[in-house]
Amino acid sequence: MSKIVRTVANFLILFIFTYGLYVIMHGHVTPGGGFQGGAVFASGIALLIVAFGAKSVHRKLKEHQLSVLESSGALLFIALAFAGITTVFFYNALVGSSFFGNIPPVGANPGDIWTGGLIPLMNVAVGMKVIAGLGSILLVMSLITSGATEVEE
Amino acid sequence: MIEGMTTYVPYLAVALLVGIAFYIIMVQKNLIKLVMGISVLASAANLFLITLGYRAEGVAPIYTNAPIDTFVLPVPQALTLTSIVIAVATLALMLSMVIRVYRHTGSIDSEQSRIMKG
Amino acid sequence: MSNLILHSPILIIAIPLLVAFLIPLVGRASEKARDTLVIAALVFVEFLVILLARDVFVNGIHVYTLGAVNATLAVPEQFIVPVRIILEVDSMSIFMGLITATISLAAVIYSIAFMKKETGRNNFYTLLMLLVVGMFGMEFTGDMFNLFVFLEVASIAGASLAAFRIRFTDSAEGGLKYVVLSTIAGLIVLFAIGLLYAQYNALNMAAIANVIQYTALDKIALILLIGAFVLKLGGVPLHMWTPDTYAVAPAGITAMLVAASQASMYALFRTCFTIYGGALNMMTVGWIIIILGILSMFIGVTMALPQTDVKRLMAYHAISQSGYMLLGVGVGLAVLGNPEALNTYGITAMIGGIFHIMNHALYKGLLFLTAGAMFYVTGTRDLNKMGGLAHKMKFTTVFFIIGALSIAGIPPFNGFASKILIYESVYQFSPILSIIAMVVSILTLASFAKAYNSAFMGPELPQYKNVREVPKAMIAGMAVLATVIVFFSLCPGLIIDWLVEPAANALVNQGSYINAIMGAVVP
Repeated sequence: MSKIVRTVANFLILFIFTYGLYVIMHGHVTPGGGFQGGAVFASGIALLIVAFGAKSVHRKLKEHQLSVLESSGALLFIALAFAGITTVFFYNALVGSSFFGNIPPVGANPGDIWTGGLIPLMNVAVGMKVIAGLGSILLVMSLITSGATEVEE
Repeated sequence: MIEGMTTYVPYLAVALLVGIAFYIIMVQKNLIKLVMGISVLASAANLFLITLGYRAEGVAPIYTNAPIDTFVLPVPQALTLTSIVIAVATLALMLSMVIRVYRHTGSIDSEQSRIMKG
Repeated sequence: MSNLILHSPILIIAIPLLVAFLIPLVGRASEKARDTLVIAALVFVEFLVILLARDVFVNGIHVYTLGAVNATLAVPEQFIVPVRIILEVDSMSIFMGLITATISLAAVIYSIAFMKKETGRNNFYTLLMLLVVGMFGMEFTGDMFNLFVFLEVASIAGASLAAFRIRFTDSAEGGLKYVVLSTIAGLIVLFAIGLLYAQYNALNMAAIANVIQYTALDKIALILLIGAFVLKLGGVPLHMWTPDTYAVAPAGITAMLVAASQASMYALFRTCFTIYGGALNMMTVGWIIIILGILSMFIGVTMALPQTDVKRLMAYHAISQSGYMLLGVGVGLAVLGNPEALNTYGITAMIGGIFHIMNHALYKGLLFLTAGAMFYVTGTRDLNKMGGLAHKMKFTTVFFIIGALSIAGIPPFNGFASKILIYESVYQFSPILSIIAMVVSILTLASFAKAYNSAFMGPELPQYKNVREVPKAMIAGMAVLATVIVFFSLCPGLIIDWLVEPAANALVNQGSYINAIMGAVVP
């Protein structure tokens, strides 16, 4: 791609990644969450692939790194889900201790980032998995269609 | 009659999209267009679910600082989100299989790339 | 131990899911550790399923609420509808769970040796575990949308596994057909769920069954659900994907795809009997299912006769045997409103149909595994090119004979036990249906005699002079299924009393299903 596209991509990619991570982290107070933020982040990866070409992105970002990220996101989600077998559903694990802030009052009030209990952690886990999953789909498909040989493990 | 009909326009849109999607799936020979027909069907299903949740004069279901206390139903929104995620995964899988069929048989026309018959 | 039984429905679903995502990390380290982990997980899941089966048989329906203070708290205080996702395991669900656990264990033991030549086996085992999760989720859930999610999980995992061996030319075509049709079926189910939710504002199956009336929108939802589930189970006239997908999938995966089709059949029965239970016009819907069953039986076996590809032949027989199950349970559904006919032959027809589900999964799984063994040894699926395999492959021949005699309904094998129940009870309902079923059985025997003769009998061919018996892990996988078949053949009465009759009664008895969840509600 031309120099203009590459320069703009270099500049914009920071904002796209930050916005994606913002949507993941604030999933329990504003619209968004794990999948939505992960999809925004993956569209940033798509911008990189379109601007710089699949082969140069592949030099920096390999499939096995994305595979490890995906597996650890999924394992974090399942480990948090096992907590539901033994713990009460609405028990707010993060709020209540003075480290993370106080329990918010009942009724309409602006939400704090630590008022979701285990939900923000699950959003982070799902976000990791979606970033890795959609990123590797985009990377591998663009590698195949650009004529490079695919890498087998 | 005209006042009541505006709540039914999204349902007409759903019916139209389902009709278009089934027409594409049944008639198209090009495999990529077939996959796009399935994407249209998925969009129709998602639109249907969101429209079911609408309550007249309702606001978005966010409890914080809500102006009035009639909300649209939040459950269909969760169902739609799950359906969108599943549709993304399925479409990625279908497209990679179409790429594989093209690599082996050299054509994405469903008549010419068929190997198994009978 | 009682804590383990209490939490077992979710553990049966969660442990394969956990192992599925541990496999890429463990598989990087060592292959033997990964194989051991997969087999250990499935053995533990089978142990949990047997414990849960005993608990359901002794104590009745097992309700598990995900994420509540107390696992049986389906309807909290001051609520009148169930909240949270609820897993409800009754006798029919645990019957299907036993089938899934056994077939998965045999298929995994078999695949450890069968897939040794392939690369990317980490992905293979991850997808296989996800397929197991999808099947168990479909069978244990008590919530309509949860059924849709697990249906899609099983479809995506099954399609990826069917197209796994990308070095062959036709694998991607079989996988593409499966995923396209499964996605369309899933979206049709989603439309039906939306229709039911719009009318009754509930997603839980027991809550819907409690308040359902048979309006026009409910009829549309029923037709959509029946159509989608018949597509997923491979019933005529929506059976076109079955021969292609079952032929190209690796042999262990084909056995598991058969189990996944049975899980869709379970979802069909759950819809017709439990959700719509007393409200629908049972004679009409029963006759629809009977007609679909008769068509599947007949078209399946007549298309199987001229086939030369051995797995395609077995796939058409799978369609035909699904027709038997639909016929048996359809007769039960048709007479559901008529108590004396139900007690005379209706329950027997349902027992025959449900027992046939388990028998079919076992002997069809065994047949597909032997077909995989033939492919492993000769490199081809074409019956015209094979011959004289019985000289060197003694174990495979014996297993094929056991499977072929079971599917044809020859006494004393288990196929005969379930088929005689279907013949006797359907004869009392309508004699012509029973005669068609017997003719189909004779044609089944004919086509398997042809397959056996052409693959195993005859002189030893020169190009197969150096074949040996297949590796031990493959024989072990087939032996698991063959042992269960022989056990069922020796004491079918025991199995019917302990497993099948409670399952048939659980399907018929809609009231106890609803009361298990809504029982504590004060109206």
